[in-house]
This record gives sequence, C-alpha cells and structure tokens, in this order.
Amino acid sequence: MSTTAVPEVAVTAVDEGFWTRNRKIGAVLLALGVLAAVLFGALATDQHARFTLSETEGGAALEINGTVGAILFGLITAAAGGALLAGVPKRWFTLLLGAGLVAFVLSFLCWQVSAAPEGRNFMPLVNVVRGTFILALPLIFGALAGVLCERSGVVNVAIEGQLLMGAFSGALFGSMSGSVWVGLVAAAIGGAFISFLLAVFSIRYLVDQVVMGIVLNLLAVGITGFLYERLMQTDAAKYNSAPRFGNWEIPLLSDIPLLGPALFRGNIFLYLGLLLVLVIHLALFRTRWGLRTRSVGEHPTAADTLGVKVLRLRYRNVILAGLVAGVGGASYTLALYSFTKNMIGGKGFIALAALIFGRWSPTGALLAALFFGFADQLATYLGAIGSSIPSQFLAMLPYLATILAVAGLVGKVRAPAADGKPYIKG
Amino acid sequence: MTDPNPFSGSPDKEPATEAQESLSEAQATPTQPAGDTEQTVPATATAKEPDPGESRPSMGRMFLDNLWAANTLTVTVLAVLLAMVVGAVLIIVSDPEVLATYSYITARPTDALNASWTVVSEAYANLFKGAIFDPDAVGFTAALSPISETLTYAAPLVFTGLSVALAFRGGLFNIGAQGQATIAVILAAVAGFALPLPPVVHLLVALIAGALGGALWGFIPGILKARAGAHEVINTIMLNYVAVYFLSWIIVQNGVQNPNRSDAISKPVDSSAQLPRLLGDDLRVHAGILLAVAATWFIAWLLNRSTLGFELRAVGANPDAARTAGISVTKTYVLVMVFAGMLAGLGGSTMVLGTTATALTPLVIAQIGFDGILVALLGRVKPWGVLLAALLFGALQAGGNRMQSYSGISLELVTVLQALIVIFIAAPALVKTIFQLRAARAARLQTSLAKGW
Repeated sequence: MSTTAVPEVAVTAVDEGFWTRNRKIGAVLLALGVLAAVLFGALATDQHARFTLSETEGGAALEINGTVGAILFGLITAAAGGALLAGVPKRWFTLLLGAGLVAFVLSFLCWQVSAAPEGRNFMPLVNVVRGTFILALPLIFGALAGVLCERSGVVNVAIEGQLLMGAFSGALFGSMSGSVWVGLVAAAIGGAFISFLLAVFSIRYLVDQVVMGIVLNLLAVGITGFLYERLMQTDAAKYNSAPRFGNWEIPLLSDIPLLGPALFRGNIFLYLGLLLVLVIHLALFRTRWGLRTRSVGEHPTAADTLGVKVLRLRYRNVILAGLVAGVGGASYTLALYSFTKNMIGGKGFIALAALIFGRWSPTGALLAALFFGFADQLATYLGAIGSSIPSQFLAMLPYLATILAVAGLVGKVRAPAADGKPYIKG
Repeated sequence: MTDPNPFSGSPDKEPATEAQESLSEAQATPTQPAGDTEQTVPATATAKEPDPGESRPSMGRMFLDNLWAANTLTVTVLAVLLAMVVGAVLIIVSDPEVLATYSYITARPTDALNASWTVVSEAYANLFKGAIFDPDAVGFTAALSPISETLTYAAPLVFTGLSVALAFRGGLFNIGAQGQATIAVILAAVAGFALPLPPVVHLLVALIAGALGGALWGFIPGILKARAGAHEVINTIMLNYVAVYFLSWIIVQNGVQNPNRSDAISKPVDSSAQLPRLLGDDLRVHAGILLAVAATWFIAWLLNRSTLGFELRAVGANPDAARTAGISVTKTYVLVMVFAGMLAGLGGSTMVLGTTATALTPLVIAQIGFDGILVALLGRVKPWGVLLAALLFGALQAGGNRMQSYSGISLELVTVLQALIVIFIAAPALVKTIFQLRAARAARLQTSLAKGW
C-alpha cells in the first residue's frame, strides 16, 4: 500500500502519544459493544434464541434468552474494547479484537433470531457452517491465485476472468467429454489461458498490470458470453450439461458433531481448496521456491543478483495462479450449477478483497474468505427468517470491510514491495 | 500545444469498422490532430521527417514510410484490424455449420472458405450498417438512424472515458467510474421524478444532483488516498459494488419503486427533466452528446491551459517533484477524484435523463464505467482522443445491436472486440512485431502507467 502513499501524511507515526492505533480501535469496539448491548438488547425479544447443532429445528441446541444474550454479548464486546483502551500488552491485541467482534456478531444474532417469527426462531449451525464454506470456496481459490501472483510481483486483478474462464471451459469440455476429470483439467487450463495472457502482456510487453487485469476480465466476459449464446444456448444438452462431482464422506471425521456433517461430507473442491491453502502456505514459507517467490516479489533486482531467474519465476507463478483459479471456477460448474453468462458475478473481486484483507498470506486469505462467505450466508439466512435488515447492506459488508482495512483502520496492510512493477533486467 | 479542438464539428465522421481501408480513411482526419495535443513539442514534426543524412526521398515515399511506422494512428488501425480478425475466428469456430465444412477442407477448400467468408462478411456488414450507414435505408430517418444510435451510445462513454483519463493524468487509476455513475444515476433519477420543477430548471437540477453524487463517490477514494495512503484501485473497486447494492436496495423502496410494477423498477423520470432530442422524436440521439463534446472541450482546456491542470499533470508525472515545487499533492489527489467522479456522474445521469432509459433498473447504466476505462486507454488518455474512442465504441455497440438481430451474432462479440482492441493498443510492441512495423517513436507508444499497488 505504502508505495504510492502520500508521504505528506505520516502513515506510521512512531510516537503517537496516548491515542495509539490499538487505543483507537479499542474505543471503537467499546462504542460498538455499548451500542449492541443497548440497541440489540432493546430490540431483542424474550423468546429463546436457539442455535441448533443440526440442519433442522430439532436436536441438541445452544439456547439463550434473546434479551439476555444480546446484552451479555454486547457487554463482552464492550469489555474487550475497554481492555484495549486501557492499554493491554500488544500480544493480546488480535485475541481481544477477535473476541470483541465475534461477541458483537453473536449479540446481533441473539436479537435477530429471537425476534424472528414463531417457528423460525432458530439457527441451524450445520447449515450455516456448510453454507459459509460453499460460498467461500471460489473466494478461497481466487484469493490463492492472487497470493501466487502477487507474492511474485504481478498484480492479479484478473481473478474474476480466470474464475469465469475456468467455470466455462469446465462446463464445456466436461459436457462434451462426459467426464468430470476432463472438465476439471480443462477448467484449470481455461484459467491458465487468461493468466497466460496476463503473464505475457505484463512481463513481456510491460503493459500496466492493473489495466491488463481489467481488460482481461472484460475479454473473459465477452468470450464466455459469446460462446455461451452461440453454443450452450442453442444446444444445452451437448455443450452445457456437465457431469458433477458427488459428495465424498470422509470416514470418522464426518461423525464429529457440527463440523463433521458441515465440512467432511463435501465435494472434492472443498477438500482441494483447504488442502491448497495448507500446501501453498508451506510452500511459500518453508521451501526454496517460496523463498525465491517472496524475494522476487519484494526485491527482484536483489533476487536476480543472487541468480534467481526473475521473469521465468514470474511466468511460472502467474500460470500456476491461473490453474488454481480455473479449478475454483469449476467448483461452480462441475459441482453446483450449469454455466450461465457472467456467472461469477463479482466473486473474483471479493477474492481480491479477501487477498488484501488477508494481507497476502494463504491462511489470512482463507480466514478473510470465510468471513466474507459468512457474511454472504448470513444475508441468505436473515432473508429466510424475514429479518428487517435489508440483505443488500449485508452484501456490502465485505467491500466496506476491505475499504476499512486498506485505509489502515483495522491494521496495516502492506503489499509485496515490487507488486505491480515490471522487472526490466539490467 | 496546438489548438486542441480543430475538428469538434465533425465527430460523426468517425468511425468505420468494416475494413482497414475505410477505417484508415475515416480516421485519418480526426485522429491525427488528437496526437498533437501531446506535450512533446517536436512530436508531430519529427514524425513527418525521414532520417537526416539520407538523400531526401520523394513525398510519397515519406508518406508510405511513416504510414508503416509504429505511430499512434497506424497502431490503432492495425489493432482494430487484428481484433476483427480474432473476432472472425470466434464467429467461425462457434458456428457448427461452418465448422462442419472444415472437416473436408483438404478435399474441397473452397467450401470452407466460402462458408467462412459468408458468415463473417455478413456479420461485419451488419455491424457497419448498424453503426454508420445502411445503403438500403430509405428516407431521412432511416438513413440517419445508425448515426443517431452511435451517438446515443457514445455520449455516456465520453463522460466515463474522460473521468478515467483525467484521473490517469493525475496519476490515479479510477476503476470506480462504474460506481460513481451508479450513485449519480440514482440521484439524477430521484431528482427527476420527485421534484416538481419547471422544465429547464428541472433538467439542470437533475444533472447537478447526478454530478454531485458522482463527485461524492469520487471524493471517498480521493480522501482515503490522500490521507491514509489507501490505494485508489482497491477502494474504487469496492465502492463500485457498494453502489450496485445500494442501487438494488433503493429501487424497491416506497416512494422510489414504480407503484404499478412488482419488479425492480423505479418511477419514470418526468419529461421536464429529460434531455431534449436533437433529430426529432423518431431518432434517439439527445443533447447528451452535445454536453459530452462540451465536457471534452472543458477537460482539454482544464488539462492544458489551467493552473489546476498543470498541477494535476505535474503530480501525475512525479508526485515527489511536484511536492518539492510546492504543489499540494493531497489536495490535487482529492480534486482529481472529485472531478473524475463528477464526470462519471454526468455520464450516469445521461443514461436515465436521455433516451436510453427513463427509470432506474438494476442494470440501468450497463457497463459504461468499465467501458470508460477501455475508452480512456484507446483514446491515449487525451480528451479529444477519448471523444473519438467513445465514438468508435458507441459505433461498435450500435452496430452490435443490428448484428445481433440480423445475423444472430451475440452482442458479446462487441465486448470481445473492444477488449482485444485495447489489449493490442496497450501492447504496441506486439502489433509492431506482428506487422513488422518500423520502430518510429517507439518510446512514446509505451503506455507506461505502472505504479503497482
């Protein structure tokens, strides 16, 4: 972020006096907590808010009186904010902030669930957890594609296009061959095609990477939309009826309460996504390739001096990113829906947001993607219980959160130093 | 440098998309002066001159040499040509009947070639007829109809293109024209149906409301950039989506939604707030295109003649040097984004105050913000270049509509063509390699905007 910051304003003041960043955030959290306790407490009803550990109303459940819960969790948020304001050691910061935000969400849920009409005033946690992961999946793949690209110094705004191309070629070749595996490979290649263009134009022809990303998104929308109308709409049976991956139940793990049915009875993409987070995390921080990738992203000249082939590594990483994003696109067409025009519909940009929110790290991206997925799932759930909160405002949440994060209100985000700068040898 | 608007009276000469010849003819006049607004003084002078030291060749020889040198005009024309070739390939591979003739291409190659030629030439002929002129058209209205459509589609693109171009010149990448136009279209439409005002005043108020809405949506990333160093690319992308959700929310609110409809559509804008039509009630072209030309003139003046424009270009070229020279970079960043937002806002307003739509729908502004990015790049981020690029894109859009209804070629092909044109423009080195152009002024062709996150 700081590469183009305006140095007239000190972005990181060393000596901030009493109002350190932690204290400011603490004050905000305290205000939120009090607001939650008063407002949500007043709006909640005396009904019980039931959080069932199943997919339906029945079964074991966590229960709490609506008003009591809203006030209690609001006070927890306020307490966490107060602790930050009082100036606790820095190592507690993340924990307190996390606890405060989770309690705020719980307070909100106590209000919403208890105020829901009779018969619908319960929240099936299994559905919520599963829905969160399903909605987060394309974001996870997309954000990982961003990590691979941007850690080696190529800005990837074309995630949307890579997902879309992956979804399209997965559907097309999956239908034509009748095999999910052919579809999966084709999807990966489709995503890689877009990122290959990104690589060639940004590395070889030094085109501005953000510009190229935006244009490639439009190109992907155009090509897939054009071929969709020409092929898939005229003969859907032949071109747009891809076989789908079924759900695989993992023995033992699927019997864990709550997490088992939510996570371990999913399809291949869920397992692949979580596995990739782990693999890319380990590879990035524990292998030679990872060290080289990070050094090329931070200081390509230094890496080149030490004998790293900067351009070759960037080519390889950008194309790898396309493969990952392509598979992410297939998680739509080879598991859930048949292809429709522009079906990614902005998920690629939320993935970009998740990447930035997760501070360019695979695990951070996973958490950010899950947070955004949860916001999405919550909007669906609140719509189902007839909430008074408009779903559009919940849908804005990921975007607003990212703006706050980038503006430095939720912690400092810093891109790899050479991100977006073409490397010209010599 | 030179008079920036020597050809403002003839925007509709542009553009031909049928073949290279007609294109170069149509563009030869307008595009060249656009290049003259560059800051480098000897730019056009050196372009016309051959290498010194050689014996002076004839005029015709010089002309041909320069035609085949990698200058802005040649690269643009060749980029359009290349894009249309790729488009033709897409048309062929997506047509099962034509594709079938390729299965016996070794036995009877004429079949495949004829079939391909028929489908491609028919598609592009319809593109031309829908955008410029239909030789079969009878009567005044029918003959002017393609031009009218082209201008109608071009008007909002001029505004969003100017918005993106202005931000570029100030060193900022405004991807948020879409969001700015979305907020603007809401305010313009609400002002258009909620306020009871007399005709001319009503239109002005609605336009100003839209412009202010866009300015607000530009101010947010501007101030965040200036104060917190938050990157405007990320913030404008995010604000685009916030605006889209806000639009989809406000449409269905009481007082905004059309009471006679159950779907997401607002009340229609009063006729007193609508831009007047220019060529009678049967043709859609409206005064928005005049506003667009005026805005182009104003931005050209602002950039090249005013103090603010000078500061803006200085900051865009080198913020550190500008600061050393006493220019407030923070103030400039905020102002650039406010102006850019205002322009995009006007573009959005013309969508609902003009003839494209009369009420808010979730897709009321289509893609004008994103297309504006392409238009700005194609126009080489210069005001008059943007105007010409917008006309080309408007023509593609208008022609694409006819191509879709007459030849059954999906309108999406236009998106592909537009994206490809800009890709080739952005990488002049690629076009140069493909056509073996001589490397003249190659350095100037480099669209170097790279700043990273």
